[in-house]
Amino acid sequence: MSSYYESEDLKKFGDIGRHAKPLADEFFKYYGMVTGQDGALSKREKALIALAVAHSEKCPYCIDAYTTACLESGANPEQMAEAVHVAAVMKAGITLAHTIQMNNHLDKLVL
Amino acid sequence: MADDAGASAASRYDFEAALRRHGIALPPLAIDTLQLNITKRCNQACRHCHVDASPARTEMLSPAGIAACLDVLAQHPQIRTVDITGGAPELHPQFATLVERATALGRHVMVRHNLTVQLDGDPATRVPMTHLPAFFAQHRVEVVSSLPYYQAFFTDAQRGHGVFQKSIEALQRLNAVGYGQDGSGLQLNLVYNPVGPYLPAAQASLEADYKQSLMQHFGIRFNGLFTITNMPIHRFRLHLEKSGQYAAYMDKLLAAFNPAAAAGVMCRNLISVDHRGHLYDCDFNQQLDLPIRAPSGQAATIFDFDPQRLLKRSIRFGDHCLGCTAGAGSSCGGTTA
Repeated sequence: MSSYYESEDLKKFGDIGRHAKPLADEFFKYYGMVTGQDGALSKREKALIALAVAHSEKCPYCIDAYTTACLESGANPEQMAEAVHVAAVMKAGITLAHTIQMNNHLDKLVL
Repeated sequence: MADDAGASAASRYDFEAALRRHGIALPPLAIDTLQLNITKRCNQACRHCHVDASPARTEMLSPAGIAACLDVLAQHPQIRTVDITGGAPELHPQFATLVERATALGRHVMVRHNLTVQLDGDPATRVPMTHLPAFFAQHRVEVVSSLPYYQAFFTDAQRGHGVFQKSIEALQRLNAVGYGQDGSGLQLNLVYNPVGPYLPAAQASLEADYKQSLMQHFGIRFNGLFTITNMPIHRFRLHLEKSGQYAAYMDKLLAAFNPAAAAGVMCRNLISVDHRGHLYDCDFNQQLDLPIRAPSGQAATIFDFDPQRLLKRSIRFGDHCLGCTAGAGSSCGGTTA
């Protein structure tokens, strides 16, 4: 029986260029420039952002990859947990912010 | 089956092939450090320990072996540093004598001090060794101590429950006699190694984190942090194999091979001695029983130490050497690149 999200598939990430290699090459170059070096943000800060996004986007590959990347850039478990909480409150806040839309429509419907 | 898998894996991670791909040769350069592993006995049994040291171990370098090491130091002034390790080397009955005589010979003495032995003492007697900080200071020993992290969670996971708190207390005692304090000249260096199959963070960045956190929370000062990569041998390799992570870790080390780190590997400048007096290119080869060969084919020993011959030897490499050349490199003194 086939299944989705096999951890072994993480190492096949490079294969996403199989049928459009020039585009994938450009992506990987961009990816490396953004995540692979210190810039205005440190590699550690970038890894923590990526970890938070990995959770909000529910990507198990990215969670594995950026849990490791966070440790290899010197982040500690408390910092990693706080990063995920930032993602969590953004998701909650975005959900709750839509109550404005709900209230606006309620105001239209209610006599 | 496990052996077959190991042999197959070893061929996939051919260190010498990696050297050839990069056009690198690594002959010995000098013998400026004699690293003495004087006992496998330890008050701890850490999960990553490449020596498989523990309270159950009994191996000790004999008095004749200690005397031979001191003779070699006396006869070869180019060996500037004596790096004493174990196990917990303080549990060797002649540890104090060795330190006193090596310092009397004018050598820089480093002790790989696990901190907790100050409080635990020998596992058989449990008599604390609270004299150690003053003893180290008296002989101006450089103290090098493992503290896998500046927080308890990772440290206790690797070294055992309660080790972090005991290590903090021991560090405070070292600070109290001057270690790590500005102007004292008493060097206290800490060692970080990852608690799992990943590479260390950048040494300077992690050192800054350690200094900030240990000072803020515990008032502790130290000089430098050495980041060391976990070697895929013995206890750590077993863990990797049991958890199905061995191949992924070796792939990571191979992918991170760094020619600049390779040039600085420690085996080019030191000789490692085991509890039988046998000589090795490094402590890892020692634990894998890969001795330096004498012309007879037997293991070369401290009893027939010949620096000219040793400098002409070929260093014995294996797949584990990829641990020393990954990323920023790894040695007993931290990064190499």
